[in-house]
Amino acid sequence: MFASCADPSLLSGLDWLACYLTSGKHLDFYRSFGTVLILLAVTAPVALAFGFAGALAARSQLGLVSILGRGYMAMVRGVPDIVFFLFFVIALDQGIEWLTHQVRCPDWTEPIRNGLEFRVCPQAKVPPGAAPQSVHSLYGFGLAVVTFAIVFGAFAANVLLGAMNAVPRAQIETALAYGMSERQATRRVLIPQMWIYALPGLSNLWLILIKATPLLFLLGVRDVVYWARELGGSKTSAYEYPHPDWRLYYFLGLLVFYLLMTRISELVLARISARLSRGQATMAGEAMRKAGATA
Amino acid sequence: MKNLLIATTATLALVSGAAFAQQTVRMGTEGAYPPYNFINDQGEVDGFERELGDELCKRAELTCTWVTTDWDSIIPNLQSGNYDTIIAGMSITDEREEVLDFTQNYFPPAASAYAGLSADADITGGVVAAQVGTIQAGHVAESGATLLEYATPDETVAAVRNGEADAVFADKDFLAPIVSESGGEFTFVGEDVPLGGGIGIGLRDSDDELRGKFDAAIQSMKDDGTLNTMITKWFGAEAKTF
Repeated sequence: MFASCADPSLLSGLDWLACYLTSGKHLDFYRSFGTVLILLAVTAPVALAFGFAGALAARSQLGLVSILGRGYMAMVRGVPDIVFFLFFVIALDQGIEWLTHQVRCPDWTEPIRNGLEFRVCPQAKVPPGAAPQSVHSLYGFGLAVVTFAIVFGAFAANVLLGAMNAVPRAQIETALAYGMSERQATRRVLIPQMWIYALPGLSNLWLILIKATPLLFLLGVRDVVYWARELGGSKTSAYEYPHPDWRLYYFLGLLVFYLLMTRISELVLARISARLSRGQATMAGEAMRKAGATA
Repeated sequence: MKNLLIATTATLALVSGAAFAQQTVRMGTEGAYPPYNFINDQGEVDGFERELGDELCKRAELTCTWVTTDWDSIIPNLQSGNYDTIIAGMSITDEREEVLDFTQNYFPPAASAYAGLSADADITGGVVAAQVGTIQAGHVAESGATLLEYATPDETVAAVRNGEADAVFADKDFLAPIVSESGGEFTFVGEDVPLGGGIGIGLRDSDDELRGKFDAAIQSMKDDGTLNTMITKWFGAEAKTF
């Protein structure tokens, strides 16, 4: 990065360290923190949407929709994450390529499935083979978001379903007695009130999601844990900056990052929890009411 | 809006242009096995196989890009078409020949070796670390020693340092710089073991055309001696050549 870093073997002490920590590889490492944060920021709302749709479907009066919702929850929750990540992503990727293959190469005669191989015509490759690596990374990132959203959506659906069932029956009955339809009662009474019951479960999922990002490397996206292991491993003189096994320091750095993430999450979740408890017929809501009355 | 239109048209032209351009060969490697292949300090794939692969692509008149992946999933990813070749220090073995095709070897059948903290480490009855899914792991499993498998080569070496394993078993050319630069901490244990049929480029069974091109390029590098020069450059003067 700096001109003085041209020949690291001549450097020592702090100069060496400054050059070492600003090498191209380290910049990639720092960028991967951004990748992880973006992934979390994109995945969490999408997963919540999946969960919401799943929970509503499972509650549906229509038998078929209900079976779909319950089936989604049962299947995804029952499959180990790593199996899901290995199988589903490859299946999704191949499904997309199979579809583009049907559109772009109708005249292709060779078999697509050939033993263990999967081979579509070159024009149907997604992304195209000639695309720069950044496009491939972006595509892998997109697959990761979808997969994370489906997996965590199933867990979120179960949490939300439980939360919907936890809203006191009297609330819905009152709404119906006021002349609201089932649909109106769901939208105006059930959904606004269920969040407080869903929050503990959802916050668990959020914290698990934060730690699940190393699964990204299975999709070819390099996350912080991959880089920490790669950078920390002992380096021989084949590298410009040889050093012994420094994984401990890199993983300590990651520990700080994850603890910070957890702490920030806790602070934000505590605020949300306080906001949602207001006026609720729960112990937290009652405590707030009493505190407000005496003040 | 106008700019957007121009940009979109330009992108479309680029994309459709690329579709007609020459097919790019994606070279898959592990990036964690110096000096065969590793990620250098600029964050790029480097090493003997990078230099060799680029030269082979030049001779075969192919456009190549480099991709790294976990060793664990390196064969499934080739089969599902995420890249077109495996050039990652992969020895040619019968088991692998069943699921993929190899070019002729670009690295002669080389010795594997044990390295431990002392010369009398127990390599026949003790605990030996090796990378998962390698011929070395297979050899240890049959040797009577307890096999301890790790996902990356670096972790196998670290396991010996930490005392989890008595010795590590890997390609001698990978261990040589580690032993010589460890300042006496590491030492080779026992005899070298010849394993495998040399290292070749792995390709899908159906990619016969591409395999032909690489085969010819490797042959031409063997004929004019550039391959031997390259091996000596990366592995030192004692390394086996053709």
